Order: sequence, then C-alpha cells, then structure tokens
Amino acid sequence: MRVALFVTCLVDLFRPTVGFAAVKLLETAGCTVEVPRAQTCCGQPAYNSGDRAGAKAIAAQVTDAFEDYDYVVAPSGSCAGMLRRHYPELFADDPDVLPRAEELAARSWELASFLVDVCGTRTVAARWERDVTYHDACSGLRELGVKDQPRRLLASVDGLRLREMPGAEVCCGFGGTFCVKYPDISDKMVSDKEADIAATGADAVLAGDLGCLLNIAGKLHRHSRRIEVRHVVEVLAGMTEEAPPIGTPR
Amino acid sequence: MLATSRTFEANARAGLANPILQRALALMQSGFPERRRLAVERLPEFEALREIGKSIKDHTLDHLDFYLELFEANVLATGGQVHWARTPDEACAAVLAICRSVDAKLVTKGKSMVAEEVGLNEYLEENGITPVETDLGEYIIQLRHEPPSHLIAPAIHLMKEQVADTFRAEHRMLDQGRSLAEARQLCDEARAVLRPRFLAADVGITGANFLVAETGSSIIVTNEGNGDLTQTLPRVHIVMTSLEKLVPTLEDAATLLRLLARSATGQEFSAYTTVSTGPRRPGDLDGPEQYHVVLLDNGRSALLGGEFQDMLRCIRCSACMNHCPVYAAVGGHAYGWVYSGPMGAVLTPSLIGLREAVHLPNASTLCGRCESVCPVKIPLPKMLRHWREREFSQKLNPPVYRAGLSLWVWVARRPRLYHALAELASRALGWLGRDRGRFRTLPLANGWTAVRDMPAPEGRSFHSLWAERQSGDTGE
Repeated sequence: MRVALFVTCLVDLFRPTVGFAAVKLLETAGCTVEVPRAQTCCGQPAYNSGDRAGAKAIAAQVTDAFEDYDYVVAPSGSCAGMLRRHYPELFADDPDVLPRAEELAARSWELASFLVDVCGTRTVAARWERDVTYHDACSGLRELGVKDQPRRLLASVDGLRLREMPGAEVCCGFGGTFCVKYPDISDKMVSDKEADIAATGADAVLAGDLGCLLNIAGKLHRHSRRIEVRHVVEVLAGMTEEAPPIGTPR
Repeated sequence: MLATSRTFEANARAGLANPILQRALALMQSGFPERRRLAVERLPEFEALREIGKSIKDHTLDHLDFYLELFEANVLATGGQVHWARTPDEACAAVLAICRSVDAKLVTKGKSMVAEEVGLNEYLEENGITPVETDLGEYIIQLRHEPPSHLIAPAIHLMKEQVADTFRAEHRMLDQGRSLAEARQLCDEARAVLRPRFLAADVGITGANFLVAETGSSIIVTNEGNGDLTQTLPRVHIVMTSLEKLVPTLEDAATLLRLLARSATGQEFSAYTTVSTGPRRPGDLDGPEQYHVVLLDNGRSALLGGEFQDMLRCIRCSACMNHCPVYAAVGGHAYGWVYSGPMGAVLTPSLIGLREAVHLPNASTLCGRCESVCPVKIPLPKMLRHWREREFSQKLNPPVYRAGLSLWVWVARRPRLYHALAELASRALGWLGRDRGRFRTLPLANGWTAVRDMPAPEGRSFHSLWAERQSGDTGE
C-alpha cells in the first residue's frame, strides 16, 4: 500500500516527532510511506473563518498533491475530517473538482482508525509505564467516529493503564481561532478539561490532535501541573524517548 | 425584545464572573445530558426516529405553503381563526385586537418563546392589559424583568435562593417569616398565587410545540399543567406561534413528541401533552369560546429554499444548548436575545440581522456535539460556518483578521515559501523556548498566552527533517 502522510501544519511546525512516529507505525503495518512535498495545510483555518475561496484554493492544491496514492493518512482527526467530510462539501458546486475531491475523501483517514480499520493492526510493540487518560478530540470523534481505535491500540502498550475521564468527549476549548478570539470562554473550557484530567489522577494525558494538546499542555503548565502531555502516536510508536512531553524543555 | 447580542463578549465575561450562574450551569451540565443519554439508551429505535423526524419536517418545509393553507382551512372549519403576522408588530397588534374585542384586563400565559420574540408582555402592559406568566420558570423571570436564558428552563440561570428572594420581594401580601428554603415550598407558593389568576383571566395565551395541518390543532407539552389551565379556563384561547411548527398529521406530531421529551428532559413523554382543536363545541364540558392562532413569520419564510432552511426543522427541545460547552460556560443571557446556544447562534442572525449578532456564529469551536444530539439532525456547525461565510463576504470581520487570513492563505498556496517559513519559525521559536519548553508571553499571541502557556516547537520542521533524511544528509 502506498500511503501518503498528511503531516498537518501543527505537527510540521511544533512537533515533528509525531510525524516520524506516524511513519514508523505505518511502515510497521506494512505501508510504503511517502510525504508529498507540495502539501502545506488542509485549509481548515480559512474554511472555518468563512473564507470559502481561500479554503477551496488550498483544498484544490491538496487534492492535486495527494492524487496518486492508495491512502492519505493524517495524525489528526481534525485535518483528516477536513479532507474526508468537508472537501466534498466545499466543491459541491464545482463539478470539475468534485469527483476528485470525493475520491480523495474516500481515501483519507485519521491515523489510529486507519491502522485498526484498514491495516487490521491490533497491537503495537511499545512500552510505557504510565497511568494515562485520553481526550477524544472533537472532529475525530464526531466526524470520523474515532473512539475505540486508539484505546484498542493503547491497551496493547506494556505498562500503560487507561483511566477514563467523565468529560472525555467534551471540547477542550481550542477550536482553532476560537481560542484567541474568545480567550475567556476558551479558558473556562480548558480549565474544566484540566480539572477532569487532574481528577483521574493520571500521570499523562493523550489525544490524537495537536491543536487540543497544545491548548491542554499550555493550561496544565500555566498551573504548574506535572502531568505529561503527548500525542497518542508517540506512545504507540514507542517514541516517547525521542522528544520531551509537550511544553517541556529537552 | 431589545437585543444585546452585539456586546456578546462583555455579556460572556459577566456570565463567567457570575458565581450563581456558574453554579446553576454546572448543575445543568450534570443533569440534562445524562438524563437524555439514559432515555436514548432505553429506546433502541431512537436513531431511526431521528431520521424519520427529520424527514417529516423536511417534507413539511418543502410544501409549507400547502400545509399552511390546509391548516388554516381546518382551523376555520372547527370554528377558530388564523391571524397571519409578517412581523412582531403585526403579531402584537393581532393579539391586542382580540383582547380588546372581549375587553380583556388580565391575560394568563403558558410558555411561548414566540411571545418573547415579539415582546408581547411589554406590549400588552403598555396597552393596559396585565399578562401573567404561568410556567414557573417564566413566572420567576417575569417577576425579575429578565429574559429567558434557556428554551425549556427559562430561569435556569438562578438558584432557588434567588427565587426565594424574588418571591419575598414580590409576594408582599404573604407572611414575611415564611420558609422558602425548599423547591417544593417555592412551587406551592407560585401555585397558590397563580391559581386565582387562572380563574380570573379573560384570555389565555399559549405557544405551540406543533401545529397539525390535517386537523387544525395546536399541541403543547408542559410538565406543570399550567398550559391546560391557561387555555381551557378563560373565554378566549390565543395560540401565539410561528409557521415552522407545522406538521402534516397527528401521527407525525406523535413521532416528533417521542423525540422531543427524550431530547429535552430525558422523559419518555412530558407530563402533559395537550391537543387543542377549535373552540368549545355544543355539548363540550369545557374549552374556550374563541380559539385563535397567531402565526408569526418574522423572516422565517425567507429562509426557505436557502442554506438555512434546515434550521426551520428545530423543535425547540434545547438538547443543543444542554450539550454545548460554550453555553455551559457563559449561559443563555450572553447570547443577548431570545434564543441561545447553538440553535440561537444560527437562528438569531437571521431574525435580527448578522451585523447585530455577528459574534454568535463565531463563538463556537464547531465541536459538533450539538449536531450529534439534535433530534431532527440539524447540521448546526455547518450553518454556523455559513454565517461566517456571509460575514467574510460582507467584510464584517476586523480588517486585521482579514489581512492575516489572506496572508496565511497566500503563503499556504506556495509550498516552497511555506516550508521555508515553517522551518524558520520552528527554529526561532524552538531556540527562544529552549530553556523552559514553553512561553508565558509571546508577541502577537496575547489571546493565547493570556490564559495558558504556549508550548515551544521542537526546533525543526518535519518537512526539513524529512527532506534531510530522504537525501541521507543528517543536517546541522
């Protein structure tokens, strides 16, 4: 299987380790991984800000860049959801691009669900001695149905114990530009999330989307909480030694 | 009603800083969603019902002209009257004319959000008629001169202590030393005060959850029974409602009722479901002498055939706001008008104008929880985004924001430049943040760092590292 990695702009800029962890997991699952150089971002910031023309221009570029692969996989439910759910919507009135956008949508996957649902991965070879809790990022959960797949894989990580939190499916308050446009409301939401995480007594919080993780890590650090924040694929790939937890120095 | 949606940010800050509201919202969050979840679990066909509910409303909206005329014909056939109101003013005038025709002085009211929408209480008072709200929550906020903060629990922003204070201040004829510590005591007091009003009222005004075209009936659900007393005791019953409440048949209404109570309160059915068809007939034991339906449009028909038509499916259950993390943070009053939460954020701009309500569709993370619980599957996040598209095309966003977005799109369309800048930013921020791994403040990022740290990047962009790895060059 020729798989193209959609790196996502946040992973590219903030946390390349997530990208390498994704490559490792995909290769272990038997995929040939390539990283098209012509990719930048999925266009979601423009799409959610009402700039439909800007979003379409970027989406068309992504559609071209990922034309020739069996699958497109992103370590993010948000970006994968954009490709899978929103590109066809964007081009609904554009019969020239629509068939290609729909075809891309059908090939596009969030990483954990791709591993479990397409590659048939059931276990990973990783060890991490932690009590962790898992935050379900909104787009992955509600647009793509990513819920059991990451948990299933985490269950195979040696030494890892999952402590579910009651509000796992509630938004963390990131929401792209929302978190800077309405910082007071975002603060309340991420503070509630912080309280839910802390109440589990977990050593670490994991999620499948870097946007949520930057927000959650930023809040936990503001209050000097010693709870590790990591993208779930770092743990699944056994690459927790490659990078310090999000928001901590090397 | 005067809108304050324009000052949403300040309203929201006030809500966040209000400890009573925050306590009330915390209680709500643990209540409604859990009760709904349990009710849905008990009904295996709930998902199928949602699809049927959606199709009933879609069908009705696609043929709304037909069903409206059928409804009117059947109301007339049963001896009632229909009053078409394009605007709030016309709706108020229609109600006043009916009240004047029977020389009404006292009007009891069951809960009607449409009456709130048109500002009926103020209008009646200005014209010398006393309206008395009979839904407990609505009665409380009427005494406090507040707008509702929730679709089905209008006083949800209050705790029982505030209600006790309000009752003590307003019910001056009662013993000041009485205990009002328990919710039961508050209910009993409201009931005792309201009972003579029910008996004395000249006109009863209710809303409608559904209008049934095939029979010309209106249907209301309540848990307090106040709706029945409002509409059966006075000589005149006025249904104050809006045209999208229509469904073709009683069977359709029954299907939607199964969705409504479960989605709203987690009940299988509301305590009282009342069907009103025309005035009292010869031989009937009770019922009003006159039955009027005031049908408000107020911009709704303009939504038909457009990208917001799906919003007209709304059955006002409140599940979207009960599950909305933004509503749970700021409460309903922050939205600044009658409707709040996700349904309010979509509906309000179409009723009072986008310029006035432009914050509402923006104050959402598009987390999608609202859509996932909507009993008629309204794609609320998609419609919030449609408002943002209109905002963008009408150039209502701040110029700095537009410029930043345009610049970002311009760069994102040039992968070579984009990758060079990403590498530069990653290196620069990674180096600056190397000691702490995060920033407490960062220029141009106040919105972020005001409330949380900004994690520092690792120091190299993925694409640069990947390119080096592919060429066998380890770099540095």
